[in-house]
Amino acid sequence: MSYSDATIWGLIIALGICTFLIRFSFLGLIGDRKLPDWVLRHLRYTPVAVIPGLIAPLVVWPDATGGTPDPARMAAAAVTAIAGYLTRNVFLSILSGMVTLYVGLALVGG
Amino acid sequence: MPFSTTKSAYLAGCRASAPFLLVVAPFALLFGVVATETGLDVLQVMAFTSVVVAGAAQFTALQLMNDHAPAIIILVSALAVNLRMAMYSASLTPHLGSAPMWQRALVAYMLFDQNFATALSRYEMERDMPMQQRVAYYFGASTPLLPVWIAFTFIGTVIGRGIPPEFALDFALPITFIAIIGPAVRTPAHLAAALVSVTLGLALAGLPYNFGLLIAAVAALAAGAEVERRLYPGGLP
Repeated sequence: MSYSDATIWGLIIALGICTFLIRFSFLGLIGDRKLPDWVLRHLRYTPVAVIPGLIAPLVVWPDATGGTPDPARMAAAAVTAIAGYLTRNVFLSILSGMVTLYVGLALVGG
Repeated sequence: MPFSTTKSAYLAGCRASAPFLLVVAPFALLFGVVATETGLDVLQVMAFTSVVVAGAAQFTALQLMNDHAPAIIILVSALAVNLRMAMYSASLTPHLGSAPMWQRALVAYMLFDQNFATALSRYEMERDMPMQQRVAYYFGASTPLLPVWIAFTFIGTVIGRGIPPEFALDFALPITFIAIIGPAVRTPAHLAAALVSVTLGLALAGLPYNFGLLIAAVAALAAGAEVERRLYPGGLP
């Protein structure tokens, strides 16, 4: 790593302040003013619109394997998604995903 | 079932998010380990984790530091990962917008993926929950997560390189996120949004600065809203 202490602290503070402002944006500025229906209709889909796109590349090209697709991780992701959809239980889906991952890694090697 | 008191709402929030400890703890631990390996000292790691409190963005920043990226690129990329939280903030506003300013500021500070998903799904199930109980439920859902996040980051800095890669802790993040999304896919509209997000997220993964994710997210939002408008003209069932 090639950063001065000042750069690192600057980054941490800038990231902290900007992240807070992002989180505070609507909660802080808009308050309890009523949002229009079309805005609400879009916002309903925020988690399912952002998170799958964020994680899909991590599943298909994991950093841990240097970006090479890994059957164990893909199987674990698929099992987690199916378990989550069927059981609606977050804990069960995490558990089944991690078990699949460890079994898969033991079988095919990580 | 409606809560009888503010306290029972708080405790229900704690219970609802407690399972996430199983993934928040290893994730925080991993951040401590990776940040130490990247070359940050303990004070920097702890400041980072308690000021930013955003795992995906923190890992993005570390990754780019390892690649010797310019500071401005690190900042922009990590913030791009966090932009989804503006949408979380907007989603919570109809439910928490009339709470006092200091409570909204605290809500914003501790806005995680996990407590957000937990709280929002509860608010949507129970639309007439009183404001005080909503705030209490949210703080309940955050209570197990934040201290454990900070404590396990510290343990990670102490353990340092001691954790063997066979534990595949890198995959705790995808697994947690998938486990949150699986139960959230309640209608064909949610499914459409998720599929568009995955497809574009993969197709545009090569774009710099996480722009691909932002485009995927906006397209997925539009897809979900459009399917809802066509399938449920009178609003969601």
